[in-house]
Amino acid sequence: MTTPTRWRALTHHHLFWPVVVLVVLLLVNVPFTPDFFSIRMTDGHLYGSLVSIVLFGSPLILVAVGMTLVIATGGIDLSVGAVVAITGALTCSYISDQADQSALSGVLLAMGLGLLAAVVCGLWNGFLVARMGIQPIIATLIIMVAGRGVAQLITDGQIITVNSEPYKLIGGGYWLTLPFSIFVVAVVVAVTVALTRRTALGLLVESVGGNAEASRLVGIRSRRIKIMVYMFCALCAGIAGLMISSNTSAADGNNAGLWIELDAILAVVIGGTSLLGGRFSIGGTVIGALVIQTLTTTIYTIGVPTQTNLVFKAAVVIVVCLMQSPKFRAKVFGAKRGGTTPQAQSAPVAEAAPKMEVSR
Amino acid sequence: MSATTRTPTAPESRTPSKAARLLGDRRLPVLVTAALFLAMYVAGLSRYQNYGFAEPQVFLNLFIDNGYLLVAAVGATFVILSGGIDLSVGSLIGFTTMFTAWLVERQGLPLVLVVPIALLVGAFGGFLMGYVIQNFEIQPFIVTLAGLFLFRGLCLVISKESIAISDSSVSSLAQTRVPLGLGELSIGAVVALVVLGVAFYVLHYTRFGRRVYAIGGNEQSALLMGLPQGGTKIAVYTVSGFCSAMAGLLFMLYIQSGDPLHATGMELDAIAAVVIGGTLLTGGSGFVLGTLFGVLVLGLIKSIIQFEGTLSSWWTKIATGVLLCAFILIQRTMTTRRQT
Repeated sequence: MTTPTRWRALTHHHLFWPVVVLVVLLLVNVPFTPDFFSIRMTDGHLYGSLVSIVLFGSPLILVAVGMTLVIATGGIDLSVGAVVAITGALTCSYISDQADQSALSGVLLAMGLGLLAAVVCGLWNGFLVARMGIQPIIATLIIMVAGRGVAQLITDGQIITVNSEPYKLIGGGYWLTLPFSIFVVAVVVAVTVALTRRTALGLLVESVGGNAEASRLVGIRSRRIKIMVYMFCALCAGIAGLMISSNTSAADGNNAGLWIELDAILAVVIGGTSLLGGRFSIGGTVIGALVIQTLTTTIYTIGVPTQTNLVFKAAVVIVVCLMQSPKFRAKVFGAKRGGTTPQAQSAPVAEAAPKMEVSR
Repeated sequence: MSATTRTPTAPESRTPSKAARLLGDRRLPVLVTAALFLAMYVAGLSRYQNYGFAEPQVFLNLFIDNGYLLVAAVGATFVILSGGIDLSVGSLIGFTTMFTAWLVERQGLPLVLVVPIALLVGAFGGFLMGYVIQNFEIQPFIVTLAGLFLFRGLCLVISKESIAISDSSVSSLAQTRVPLGLGELSIGAVVALVVLGVAFYVLHYTRFGRRVYAIGGNEQSALLMGLPQGGTKIAVYTVSGFCSAMAGLLFMLYIQSGDPLHATGMELDAIAAVVIGGTLLTGGSGFVLGTLFGVLVLGLIKSIIQFEGTLSSWWTKIATGVLLCAFILIQRTMTTRRQT
């Protein structure tokens, strides 16, 4: 009896399906690129498909981690793409104005300014959502629409290029044989996990997402938590913006971070965080973001025309959402499984249980 | 929720003064938008008097240049009134331009045949999304997001490059002008106005329209009242898909080419137009005529910026954002006033 229960515990773990999808996607590459999993050392840097997946996926992971907390409070942040553009634009334009672009103090100040602008955007979003009580989709739509305009205003409609050694490090540099951005992502993820799982903060966020009014009555400052979460999300987007503009050594107000909000939401959903809020999984989000990046890489390596990328993405969204829908599972798998009702006992699908019983 | 009932006037006892009655009037957001449009127009008149702003044609050009947006926004109004959201609008418009351009140019099909096919495909796409939303209880946001990816991807599958349309029937249709005495309208603008009229009739004078408002107002109550809520929900997304395809056809006519990147982000323009037009995003309250004013305001921003000349295009985005923000805040204060 122990083996089946263990197996059930494993398959019912919230990270089980995301990991399965990721592993399957990685394995798909092997027939096409036999040395897919090999990592070689060149010029003191580690190279390999796995490293580049993490490297190119770094900005997405950052944005998605911030987005996870926003979604956990029952919100959504559409403005992250615009925040990415604003941060990149502000930082690059500040650096390019300096006499010595490689001066460390100037670069740090520029990055600080960019991140400050990002946090202000987050504060504005949080203010609209928590104080004014505006629906998150709409509140963040404002910066999504206006933000790209602001980014273009900062760069004067041009693509600003910078030539700064220290700035190049964040998005394109190496440290201890690995891309520097991987360390940045690791630190952000570790800090987020520590803050939300080692302190009560994560529980408070989930409580606000579950029922903001009830949390407030219990004594949780749900408004303040919401504002903080939007600021954190914007900060993550800002760091991603630094990474993207540093990697290309340029700030493009129009195209930097385009569609990243949608990819980030997708990563969160693949990772098993419900869009309804009240529960979240940072680990799932990281895996979700890696799934998206692996999907993109796989499409390139298989030789499928890259333009079908979006069609594949759409298929993945639909499949993942259908699998997560209790009603779909009840309709498709419910009839086959017959009398056994293991789902009814596990918490995540408890809501679906009464409906399933009626249908039988 | 008193905000969602359809009584024309509030009880006497609760509206002591005329001002209070006006503030409680659900038509107020539309009136505010219309007033704002007029104010902007008058400001434009006084500022660019010598540059021909007073020509009636400048006003009519708002319809010619924004007909496709009007049609898309009308579809979005249906969805938003029902309490949902459709993010696939822009992609579906882009896909329709691409699909029709491909059929006309590469396959040599006559336009008469292409138009119904495109409309059917759009409506079917909307139907599918509505079906998934309704039957599997997945949030509209995520389903239509998948739709966004899917249609944008299909655009690129058809062709990576844009397809210019040289078909004579398309160009002659695009150049046809309907004289109105003071000025003229394009076919696209006329179609857009017809769509608006039909939507107005459907929303305010048919059973289906009532159901859309009822579901948006309170889905649970609508269900308990025995309204066929499932069918209505699917129909709303079908209407939106149909309108998007129609908007795509008008856009194709307006710009005479298909391009995989056409209309990127237009779903947000459509949503912005609906919001500026005073429709509540929570659903159940708003007017399709408000959407017309929303589109006109957005169009007027663009033409004023064109007349200004020195202002760069990004000011359009910033101005749209600021306006959007102002309207959302106005709406918010008004709805809280009504609840208390």
